Amino acid sequence: MLRVRQLSRPGLAPFDLDLADGECVALSGPSGAGKTILLRAIADLDPNQGSVSLDGVGREAIPAPQWRARVCYLAAEAGWWADTVAAHFPDTQAAAALLVELSLPPEALGWSVSRASTGERQRLALARVLLLAPRVMLLDEPTSGLDPEAAARVEAILGARLERGAALLVVTHSPEQAGRMARRRLTMDHGRLNEGPP
Amino acid sequence: MTFISLSFADVALSAVLLVVNAGLSLALSLGLARQMAIAATRMVVQLLLMGLVLKVLFELSSPLLTSLTALVMVLFAGREVMARQKRRLAGWWAYGIGTTAMLFAGTMVTVFALTTQIRPEPWFEPRVALPLMGMILGNTMTGVSLGIDRLLTGAVDARVSIEARLALGHDRTEAMGGVVREALRTGLVPTINSMSAVGLVFIPGMMTGQILAGVAPMEAVKYQLLVMFLIAGGTAFGVLGAVLAGSRRLSDARHRLRLDRLLPGAAED
Repeated sequence: MLRVRQLSRPGLAPFDLDLADGECVALSGPSGAGKTILLRAIADLDPNQGSVSLDGVGREAIPAPQWRARVCYLAAEAGWWADTVAAHFPDTQAAAALLVELSLPPEALGWSVSRASTGERQRLALARVLLLAPRVMLLDEPTSGLDPEAAARVEAILGARLERGAALLVVTHSPEQAGRMARRRLTMDHGRLNEGPP
Repeated sequence: MTFISLSFADVALSAVLLVVNAGLSLALSLGLARQMAIAATRMVVQLLLMGLVLKVLFELSSPLLTSLTALVMVLFAGREVMARQKRRLAGWWAYGIGTTAMLFAGTMVTVFALTTQIRPEPWFEPRVALPLMGMILGNTMTGVSLGIDRLLTGAVDARVSIEARLALGHDRTEAMGGVVREALRTGLVPTINSMSAVGLVFIPGMMTGQILAGVAPMEAVKYQLLVMFLIAGGTAFGVLGAVLAGSRRLSDARHRLRLDRLLPGAAED
């Protein structure tokens, strides 16, 4: 359903990529190889060349904000634009239910962002993405700051989304996580995308 | 009370204060003496030139020369705005956004005041138009430079949170809203503060001038109020125009944050 053809930008050699419904692809490679740039290019967050379409509709045909809500990128370092956690969630009821699934207390919505730990913030940021129910999720190291138990929770939730037909492109440095989550592996090296594990 | 004329010796005597301060700076090695000397010299040369130019312009009373002078004032104000930015947009934009905003705001407000309130004969009378334009422009310049500086610095500092919003499907107006509001506030605060403090903390320069020239206090107050309203209006229009244009330039039609349109390197001083 997501079809990428000859997508490129400075630091990223042209590449093709197809993601089917319910498919999870793991992307690995050394730091600075261009993994983040690749995710950002698909989400159209930086100027880039090439064509990307979702279910046959080119992204130029869709306003950029709608495109990004459907093909949603989550940065490794989450950003916060208000003081309280709740201000980042349009629907706090739905958010509270999801926080429990992510083993966060529902009271977390009343916290100030600065109070949350790195791992808590990472899950809160993921919750923002999950609540949009995007067709494609582009996740940049979504469990890097989590303990194994919390990471397993996140993997389980993502697995459930895959079963419901979402597609996932996930950057991970952990071969174990890549093996658990993805049938297909890609490797980034000096701005080039290659099939297979490193 | 009548107007008391000053001799150049009187003026020179007032400069003694600055010389003493420059001496102190040298003695304490504060490194300010050079800057003070350059600024003071610039002030003397610029004002003397302006005196000569105004003398000629007032005698000629030509609409073309008057508007040309106003334009030159705007262009210098634009240069000043650019010089005060820690970060700059690449290319013509660094100069263009502030200058265009001030040109529109300054001209609009000045023409409005000349044609509907002060109504000199003829309406472009340089004796009225140029000082008025100068006062409006001077204040608008401060607001615009503060606003643009805050916008550009703010967008760089808030990059992660702006892009987090964009990635979640917020449009550029929402995503940059916080930074834009902060920049508008920063640009307008000096004007708002001076409106609250005027008359309590200080007697503004124009009113002081009119009183020294022998005008009755109440007449001077009316002029000052008019000018303060014009200044506040002009500054608000100028800041709004410059900050909104700047935020458009920092983003694009695909709702991306375009920090690549800032000059690299100009940041760390």
